[in-house]
Amino acid sequence: MTFTRETDHGTPAAIATGKSVTLTIDGQAITLPEGTSIMRAASLLGGSIPKLCATDSVESFGSCRLCLVEVEGRNGYPASCTTPVAEGMVVRTQTDRLKQLRRGVMELYISDHPLDCLTCGANGDCELQDQAGAVGLRDVRYGYDGATNMGQAKDQSNPYFDFDPSKCIVCSRCVRACDEVQGTFALTIEGMGFDSKVSASQGEGFLGSECVSCGACVQACPTASLIEKKVVEVGTPDRAVVTTCAYCGVGCTFRAEMRGEELVRMVPWKDGKANRGHSCVKGRFAWGYAQHQDRILNPMIRASIDEPWREVSWDEAIAHTASEFRRIQAKYGTRSIGGITSSRCTNEETFLVQKLIRQGFGNNNVDTCARVCHSPTGYGLSQTFGTSAGTQDFDSVMQSDVILVIGANPTDGHPVFASRMKRRLRQGARLIVMDPRRTDLVKSPHIEADHHLPLRPGTNVAMLTAMAHVIVTEKLYDEAFIRERCDWDEFADWAEFVSQPARSPEAIEPLTGVKADEVRAAARLYATGGNGAIYYGLGVTEHSQGSSTVMAIANLAMATGNVGREGVGVNPLRGQNNVQGACDMGSFPHEFSGYRHVSDTATRQLFERTWGVSLDAEPGLRIPNMLDAATDGTFKGLFVQGEDILQSDPNTHHVAAGLAAMECVVVQDLFLNETANYAHVFLPGSTFLEKDGTFTNAERRIQRVRKVMAPLNGYADWEIVQLVANAMGLRWTYDHPAQIMDEIAALTPTFAGVHYDRLEAEGSLQWPANDAAPDGTPTMHIDGFVRGKGKFVVTDYVPTDEKTGPRFPLLLTTGRILSHYNVGAQTRRTANTAWHPEDRLEIHPSDAENRGIKEGDWVALKSRAGETTLRAQVTERVAPGVVYTTFHHPETQANVITTDYSDWATNCPEYKVTAVQVMPSNGPSDWQLDYADQARMSRRIAPLEAAE
Amino acid sequence: MSDENDVMSTADRLIYMANQIARNLAAQGDAEAVASTASHIASFWDPLMRARIVALAAEQPDALSPIAAQAVRRISA
Ligand code: SF4
Ligand code: SF4
Ligand code: SF4
Ligand code: FES
Repeated sequence: MTFTRETDHGTPAAIATGKSVTLTIDGQAITLPEGTSIMRAASLLGGSIPKLCATDSVESFGSCRLCLVEVEGRNGYPASCTTPVAEGMVVRTQTDRLKQLRRGVMELYISDHPLDCLTCGANGDCELQDQAGAVGLRDVRYGYDGATNMGQAKDQSNPYFDFDPSKCIVCSRCVRACDEVQGTFALTIEGMGFDSKVSASQGEGFLGSECVSCGACVQACPTASLIEKKVVEVGTPDRAVVTTCAYCGVGCTFRAEMRGEELVRMVPWKDGKANRGHSCVKGRFAWGYAQHQDRILNPMIRASIDEPWREVSWDEAIAHTASEFRRIQAKYGTRSIGGITSSRCTNEETFLVQKLIRQGFGNNNVDTCARVCHSPTGYGLSQTFGTSAGTQDFDSVMQSDVILVIGANPTDGHPVFASRMKRRLRQGARLIVMDPRRTDLVKSPHIEADHHLPLRPGTNVAMLTAMAHVIVTEKLYDEAFIRERCDWDEFADWAEFVSQPARSPEAIEPLTGVKADEVRAAARLYATGGNGAIYYGLGVTEHSQGSSTVMAIANLAMATGNVGREGVGVNPLRGQNNVQGACDMGSFPHEFSGYRHVSDTATRQLFERTWGVSLDAEPGLRIPNMLDAATDGTFKGLFVQGEDILQSDPNTHHVAAGLAAMECVVVQDLFLNETANYAHVFLPGSTFLEKDGTFTNAERRIQRVRKVMAPLNGYADWEIVQLVANAMGLRWTYDHPAQIMDEIAALTPTFAGVHYDRLEAEGSLQWPANDAAPDGTPTMHIDGFVRGKGKFVVTDYVPTDEKTGPRFPLLLTTGRILSHYNVGAQTRRTANTAWHPEDRLEIHPSDAENRGIKEGDWVALKSRAGETTLRAQVTERVAPGVVYTTFHHPETQANVITTDYSDWATNCPEYKVTAVQVMPSNGPSDWQLDYADQARMSRRIAPLEAAE
Repeated sequence: MSDENDVMSTADRLIYMANQIARNLAAQGDAEAVASTASHIASFWDPLMRARIVALAAEQPDALSPIAAQAVRRISA
């Protein structure tokens, strides 16, 4: 296999104007869009003009002067990277004069560059080296003895890449990548002329600076000045496989660059339509967990959870699992067992787990972790629009004029999409942020929200209804759109409801704490500012009115005609990589793949014919219902794939009690996670690097996951499910996930056109992809809503029952940060801990002072559900009365605190609102110490001899 | 409900959930709210949970709000 880099055309594609020009380069004619650079044109013709300071991820700069060309009829030697093509232009890229000039330029660069190429980490992958070759440099007249920048200390503070200033040619590609691609503005060129050098935020090391370690600068650097530590350690790659990130719902695609079976680096794929060549720290760098020593590679079983684990063969583990499940069903009934699919696993694996449950267990007790994040999105959008998914692709944001971000923190949660959004904001789009916290988006370099509405947690519906009040009473709605696309009578009922004085911004100000004027101004801007796009996250869904909030958002979009074209829409920012896919694949207890209710006879018969069994027509149990049923003694066995419900689900005590009451808990995962402390069978899972499959991102984009190395545990996860199914008598015969996708396509109308050969050819497909839309559907609801007429649903504000009072006077809300992912099982096992070694409690200075709490102090955080301790971070990011923490570390167990209140329609837990008290403390709580002890006991693995 | 380490019993939670659904749908007007609450429970609750709420409605006549109570009557019919 040969290794080739992706072609670098030197400058980005021109912004489309619809006009094109024809020119001749070295005798070859070419027609291209107006605004294209000569450099890019030459590259598209298959040539390559020497260059150093240009790369196609950033705008050209014209500093190195290596890319000079001759243009007939023009004086001098223009830089091809900064000169646009023109009609009839005749360009020559190789003449004697050009060669001479380029060698002169190159000589200057090389005279100040260490010539340790043979031992340099970038040897063989260095543009300076390549260009010296390309211009035919054979000698350096200036010698190497003058003043140079060599010998300067390296900055090795970042855990993933090094900065060696002595190799820097001051091309500023890194600075521009950080500004333009990532939008963090962490780098500057300090000093002038010969003394100029790259510096991270006023001379701090990279780790201590504003840098978020996205790696865009490393990718842009033409030399070894910015280089991955792993490349230095392993050497340059010799093959590349395109695959999809397994962390978040952005779904970045990467070239996994390998040397043999060893992963050297992940390089964001330029052709990836979700990420367009960019990534964040997690996807690019944080994959070390795949080889972490904590990974469990052998199956294990035990009779009871106080015993140590016993390693067994795969055969024994699978047979034991099947016989336990059958035993339990014989004793307690068909509906006494169930399973949980994972949004971290592939579509194919998820489909198989729900098939195992429906076909093999004979019931519909299947649920997924989307229950705890985006189940209200599914419910709310299907009620209003008729489909359980976002309406746009990510590119759409580049056409937005007003962006309304609600309860989402994309710079931390969806960083690559955030970079795109920020690029659009820098171009002048307006921004409204509705969030209790002052998130980074509210004010960051070159971006400032027009309106920040820092509402009290739990008042989303009141706030959105007040915005609707303004839009309706000030007649800012789009009557033509509503008459054509929605049911006018339903609109009229809704308009009457939202117009009531009790819904006005003034009336709800005491509830939300946000000034009425600000709400009015924000509503006017959204309704009248051009293309209005809404992006929202878990701050919308994880509430007792999560589903109502989603519907209130959909109402606003319909009322203002902001659905059905580019630049607008309603866009859930999905948490985990495959939340969308897990929902699509029929992971919910009431519906088959493609969101069809189990009571629908025609659909059920289709599945029954294909699977050869009769299927349960009754909805099954959701995760919290399973746990309730377990404590009541009617639910006894659970299969959990790739999911850590003990850490991620609310009210840890209740989850623990439910799990402890079961007779057989089977956990399939990479690590002995917290849930595994209560498990009887552990089936070691495989990582995304070790299997084939697909993930579906937040844009409904289905993308391939490709195996780059053999599974260390012996099997891909889909194979393990097949083993269990067959041990239960199901006779599955899949040889490859492609066959599973064919079955999904045959059974699911929205996926009818999704097959691996299509994905291979197209790179990705956005569902619906079928005969009606053979190339997929980037924008939904263009000519009409999926449900027919868009439905306005009256959403009444119902305050949560989780209320503050004298005992618990503060409101806790929870979230995530950039460098960690969800419960942190993966990221905590990487060097990402350099940025977030522990969860901290953000508290406003006035609340901290009242309690005698200082920055870094240990504090006890207590709710009616439980108590934990962690350290305080005193900050004005949170409003007085509100505290905030993340849930990445099991030691903190933030979910000991969260209660069992949940969304009325979907039981999505109310993570975002918990009444708490905060007090100074000396260290970990008794519960934390007990838990740590119990976890340690539960993770014991018996030595092999003792196992006999 | 006690103040500390509080977990609702399954029975209390089912009653709470039925009331919560009814309360969120109440703005549709009584007749529609009853129909929507009943269909919501029928679509999303497993048979045991439905049987249990029907039994609970009989055992604790005052526990359910009027809309929830009527909806539960409808699913038991
Ligand atoms: S890693 Fe990303 S954030 Fe950090 S300096 Fe480079 S481009 Fe900027
Ligand atoms: S660090 Fe690399 S990209 Fe940045 S200025 Fe130096 S050579 Fe150019
Ligand atoms: S975590 Fe998300 S944003 Fe980061 S690389 Fe992966 S898919 Fe992209
Ligand atoms: S590549 Fe054009 S001036 Fe550097």
